[in-house]
Amino acid sequence: MELLILIFLPLVGALITSLLKGGSAKVSALGFALISLCVTIGLLTQFTPDATTQFAVNYPWIQQLGINFHAGIDGISMITVILTNVLMPLIILSSFKHEYKNANAFYALILFMQSGLLLVFTALDGFLFYIGWEAALIPIYFICAMWGGKDRIKVNMKFFVYTIAGSLFMLLGIIYLYLQNPAKNFDINAFYALNLDSYQQGWIFWAFFIAFAIKMPIFPFHTWQPDTYTEAPAPGTMLLSGIMLKMGIYGVIRWLLPIVPQGVNDWVCVAMILSVIGIVYASLIAFTQKDAKRLVAYSSIAHVGLISAGIFALSTQGLQGVMVQMLSHGINVIGLFFVLDIISSRLHTNKIEELGGLAKVAPKLAITFLIILLGTVALPGTNGFIGEFLLLFSVYNYNSWLGLIAGLTIIFGAVYMLRMYQKVMLGETNTLTISFTDIKGTEKGVLYTICVLIIVMGVYPKPILHLSEASVQHLLEQVNQKLTGVN
Amino acid sequence: MINSLLWLIPLLPLLGFVINGLGRNTFSKSLVGIIGSGAVLASFVLSVILFFDLSGSTQKQFPVELFDWISAGNLHIPLSFLYDPLSSIMLLIITGIGFLIHLYSVGYMHDDAGFGKFFAYLNLFIFFMLILVLGSNYIVMFIGWEGVGLCSYLLIGFWYTNSNYASAAKKAFVMNRIGDLGFLLGVFLIFNTFGSVEFAKVFPQAASMMPGAGTITLITILLFIGACGKSAQLPLFTWLPDAMAGPTPVSALIHAATMVTAGIYMIARSSVLFDLAPTTQMIIAIIGTATALVAAIIALTQTDIKKVLAYSTVSQLGYMFLGLGVGAYTGSFFHVLTHAFFKALLFLGAGSVIHAMHHEQDMRHMGGLKGKLKITFATMMIGTIAIAGLPPFSGFFSKDEILAHAFEYNKVLWAIGLFTAFLTAFYMFRMMFLTFSGKYRGTHHAEEYIHESPKIMTYPLIVLAILAAIGGLINIPAVFGGNEWLAHWLTGAGIAHHELTLDHTTEFALMAVSVLAALIALFYAYTKYVKNAHVPVSDENKRSILAKISYNKFYLDEIYDAIITKPLDAFSRFFYRIIDKKVIDGLVNGFGWSATEGSKGLRLLQSGNVGFYIFMMVFGIIALLLYTYLSIA
Repeated sequence: MELLILIFLPLVGALITSLLKGGSAKVSALGFALISLCVTIGLLTQFTPDATTQFAVNYPWIQQLGINFHAGIDGISMITVILTNVLMPLIILSSFKHEYKNANAFYALILFMQSGLLLVFTALDGFLFYIGWEAALIPIYFICAMWGGKDRIKVNMKFFVYTIAGSLFMLLGIIYLYLQNPAKNFDINAFYALNLDSYQQGWIFWAFFIAFAIKMPIFPFHTWQPDTYTEAPAPGTMLLSGIMLKMGIYGVIRWLLPIVPQGVNDWVCVAMILSVIGIVYASLIAFTQKDAKRLVAYSSIAHVGLISAGIFALSTQGLQGVMVQMLSHGINVIGLFFVLDIISSRLHTNKIEELGGLAKVAPKLAITFLIILLGTVALPGTNGFIGEFLLLFSVYNYNSWLGLIAGLTIIFGAVYMLRMYQKVMLGETNTLTISFTDIKGTEKGVLYTICVLIIVMGVYPKPILHLSEASVQHLLEQVNQKLTGVN
Repeated sequence: MINSLLWLIPLLPLLGFVINGLGRNTFSKSLVGIIGSGAVLASFVLSVILFFDLSGSTQKQFPVELFDWISAGNLHIPLSFLYDPLSSIMLLIITGIGFLIHLYSVGYMHDDAGFGKFFAYLNLFIFFMLILVLGSNYIVMFIGWEGVGLCSYLLIGFWYTNSNYASAAKKAFVMNRIGDLGFLLGVFLIFNTFGSVEFAKVFPQAASMMPGAGTITLITILLFIGACGKSAQLPLFTWLPDAMAGPTPVSALIHAATMVTAGIYMIARSSVLFDLAPTTQMIIAIIGTATALVAAIIALTQTDIKKVLAYSTVSQLGYMFLGLGVGAYTGSFFHVLTHAFFKALLFLGAGSVIHAMHHEQDMRHMGGLKGKLKITFATMMIGTIAIAGLPPFSGFFSKDEILAHAFEYNKVLWAIGLFTAFLTAFYMFRMMFLTFSGKYRGTHHAEEYIHESPKIMTYPLIVLAILAAIGGLINIPAVFGGNEWLAHWLTGAGIAHHELTLDHTTEFALMAVSVLAALIALFYAYTKYVKNAHVPVSDENKRSILAKISYNKFYLDEIYDAIITKPLDAFSRFFYRIIDKKVIDGLVNGFGWSATEGSKGLRLLQSGNVGFYIFMMVFGIIALLLYTYLSIA
């Protein structure tokens, strides 16, 4: 029951918000997001961090097809639920300085998406998962296509078609699993129990992998991402990068590893190499980007590459690193995009060359930006380090040479991030930046919260690691058992 | 007592950072100064108390666990400290010299708009440096290791509106990170080999391993790469001279006395591992010697007083690595200590000169200052004699210990080390004579304002001068009837100590040779710069090829730019414009084309009214739920 409240509360919020006029829409959206956060905290207090699925609901839905409304939360889901419901209020609050046209529709779409995301992160029925997957895509498409930059239509068409194409592969995979399932339902546990040969598993692997790889995105399925991030309105970019891409990561962990472990085993090498190529490739491209938003977009591809490599390392450290890094990346990347939004809403540019000297006129922005950036480059003591350390360790254990190459992110990240910081914040002010005003009000609220989260998570990550450890270990055991069973 | 007080030592500077950081715009300068210096002084007093506690105790290792930091699977990394003879000395250096430099900064930075920020950063640095030396495992050490790198970044770029300074800061951070990757990989390998990253678990296991084992060699090489970044060794040293962009107290504290010696600390801490890897030791000895020589050659022709000292620091660090490579861990650490005294002194002295000269750093515009800056001159002279290795000042003892061990290990390395000592004495006396002797070469207008620095700056100079003079006494070698107190103290921390096997006659002969070399250098510098009043030529004049190479720092920056920076940027543009935009995206668009063509018909159904879409979506969901309800019913 609690779970239904969690999932459908934002939907109710969306409905109410869509009926409101003018400035009250954003307040309503923030209110609902905060209530969702409170519900999450409530769930967290009742949650036992063991490997079991909790708050489970299982109602028959479309019985003729064996579709059930089956959802629940284990440690892994909990992390992503926390991610969604902590970031949502921050994202909504970060948009308060903007006056969006048709604000009611804008904020209703955001809340609608939240429900979709929560459904994805809790669904235990293949069909339900797919519904959530698309329910999260449609609102973000409209957010980007209606409120985005001048190239929004063309860019979004590509984004939409690309991701839809990916998810159709997944749908085929789900239907195939359904057909193989003697019980003729979409239940995840039934999928886990299927006995597929390695040939079948290979096909399923690729059907799911492509969908997830496009979503994250993993090299070479990433070319929709920089354009989409750059053209989307700031809250859209934050939703995409902060939360939505974690759908892909979550999907791999929940719907790929345990269902087709043999397929993973056969193809892990390819997935790993693509992930690691993505780290170096995207980092290098970030070196010479002229638009700060695009630079961060490429840096996100690099970071996600490392997360994905950590998944396929198939170790406790790797998956635990993924858990922490999903949260950290979400927090840090929305921080970065918010800083860039603050700059572009005042100066109407994110072109690195046109900026400079902002630290002089905006010391508070300079400090918060620096802390977020340090989190992004994984300085020990920040949230980024915990995840990146565990991820690199797991990749290193998979293969020490890949570990070395993936480790280049430590150096490259510092290069492009500090280059951006120097060009944007340091140096002398110019005629454009001299009039810049420092952050205030809600901007301070959002950025200070993010900075506190970055440091607290970096110094004391134990509660988060503890939350998911049992579930992660259980999942790995499941994979290993099935692997030894097939052989 | 150690268990209950130790955590306060890093906490106090952290509190100082937080308080000054928050109050930097509201507090008065004196309050900022009192909080900043007071925090470090309190840590120093605690360090002294604990030091005496430790020396009176038979137990020499005090682990203090704070909390469980990172745990995943079989990996457990507690946030914990280790107080032992090695960290006890480091604490004294960091907080003691740190306090003197804080005090000095009150005077030096007095007119700077960023006074509060400066003290906040300085305290943060002390905090991270203390974490670095207190960590009981490699990962906690790494927190400090990267944390001091951050502070170094912030303080090099303290005057960030100057984009050259900001670039220098970035360069320091990035080059350090190259080393840090090595360090991190080394730690991974340590964990995989020993199942732990705790010193107390790694070293006892390592002690039973075969010398020359491949794994140990690889671990130590990776750790050494980390040390090369932090402690500015070839090929990663070029950031340190650029780091002189920071305010001079920063150069003294971070880029001479403490942070840059972290690499030596780390290797000395891991001496058990390095002793098992003769190949790595040889590499370290060679790199150290080469760095010492190259940096000394560059220092010969520099005209910026801080640049001379910066290259001198690189060169002295090279010495320390030579010492580590030849197995003289305690000797190297001894040099860390004496170098901290005399180099902090020299930098602060240079700062006093720069302060008096209103930010003039070019020695060609100085000269004849000894009459006006009496205390600065006298104290710096003591520092110069100490670094030149003339007895009985501190540098003599520590340098000769390293050279004696080098002589035992390999005569060529010893000879290069000796030659470097000769160069060191020469460029240091050159610096002193150019600055303080002869006639004043600056403008008349500026000359009237030249004055000795205030007491808050000169007192630290005097204290450091005393330490630079007598600091060698704590490790008097047996050849002079001493008992090598420091070396024995450090063995309590498990630092390998190898006694010299040379006979006393050879030892005396080696000392005589190096003292003679220093005296010749002194005489030569005196003749050239005092008697003949030679002044380095201005930049427009032609130099000889050798002088050109030295003056232009072997063109290392230009070489790195050509073989690393430029190619990477070219790759970046190639990947972006060709691979990403044309190849990959071209393929995607090719696939997408058919999809968009196909969807053209469907598009007509869409009206573009978002409200309608939302309505339809919500309607659809309600319909589905309703269906569920009905089908259950």
